Amino acid sequence: MKYSYYPGCTLKNKAKDLDEYARASAKALGFEMEEIKDWQCCGGVYPLGSDEIATKLSSVRALNDAKEKGQDLITVCSACHHVLKRVNDDMKNVEDICTRANNYLKLDAPYEGETNVLHYLEVLRDEVGFDEIKKKVVNPLKGKKIGAYYGCLLLRPGKIMAFDNPENPTIMEEFIRALGAEPVIYPYRNECCGGYISLKEKDMAQNMCEKIMDSAKGFEADMLITACPLCMYNLRKNGNGALPVYYFTELLAEALGVKEEVAK
Amino acid sequence: MAYTYGNAQNAAERIKEISGVNPLKCMKCGKCSATCPAFNEMDIKPHQFVTYVQNGDIDALAQSKSLWKCLSCFACVERCPRDVKPGKLIDAARQLVVRERGQNYLEADEIPELIDEETPQQLLVSAFRRYRR
Repeated sequence: MKYSYYPGCTLKNKAKDLDEYARASAKALGFEMEEIKDWQCCGGVYPLGSDEIATKLSSVRALNDAKEKGQDLITVCSACHHVLKRVNDDMKNVEDICTRANNYLKLDAPYEGETNVLHYLEVLRDEVGFDEIKKKVVNPLKGKKIGAYYGCLLLRPGKIMAFDNPENPTIMEEFIRALGAEPVIYPYRNECCGGYISLKEKDMAQNMCEKIMDSAKGFEADMLITACPLCMYNLRKNGNGALPVYYFTELLAEALGVKEEVAK
Repeated sequence: MAYTYGNAQNAAERIKEISGVNPLKCMKCGKCSATCPAFNEMDIKPHQFVTYVQNGDIDALAQSKSLWKCLSCFACVERCPRDVKPGKLIDAARQLVVRERGQNYLEADEIPELIDEETPQQLLVSAFRRYRR
């Protein structure tokens, strides 16, 4: 199976390992990620205003590129996924935004939300299947107690993201089980890390990250996993260091025995 | 004056347009404020935003600290039993302010002092989009 892939700015820089482990694992699992040519930054946060058009065009270009190739579009970064999925929903369901965006872009055929946007975890769950992953694990992460940190962007708003139950998600816990480890459910797994607030108000981010860390540690997790480079930064930088934090793709690559292939 | 939409009533209408929110749907249950992780930092609380827009008291909103404390975490949007989406109202008020030149909350000159070796690109692009135009 071949997918279009939108890596996004951070996966080309500070979160290179999130990207590289994802690619190596995809290869091991038998699906291909074809990077979109000339993709542009999604902007990191979804523009909420109903009259925001120009700020959504980079996402529409990527979505249309996948449509023209007849491929589903994969994202790995939570933020890119959030923005692309919501812009796609606008193009599909909000006539005014769809018309105005197409007026700007003048594509060969108007884009109307045809592309299916999938997060890498959704591909693992819905296309590859966790049972299949379990069979391909050569290095099970036995004895590890792992807390999934979902954050906000993958889950909310639940109706549009349609990723999992926004208040009681299970996808990352199933993922952890498939790798042979034990998931730890803790109350703060879908609460905010502070996001972009950490640029100017570090103490707010610290307060929130410490709560997340303490909550997970209190339920006896050994480590946290995340899909978001900003959650990673905030938890590592502004948490109290109670637990180590890893990208979910790193653990996947480790369990599949392809971690060494990724040149550090 | 932090915006120039003629008068408070126009500004209130503009906020409703940009956000797509109908403040009259709110039943004042306060769940948005109860779930907001930035509640303690906000001078006008999420459940109060609705009333300010209803009353056309946009000056106070435009000058509130809350505009810059909202995290866009969508907890209030997800958990509102009436689908009012207070987070979208806050964003619309912020838009009213940052779309006026000179009202940005973040200047490029500040960046070097605010970042470190590990700062992800995502943090900068997100902050730029939320805090300025």
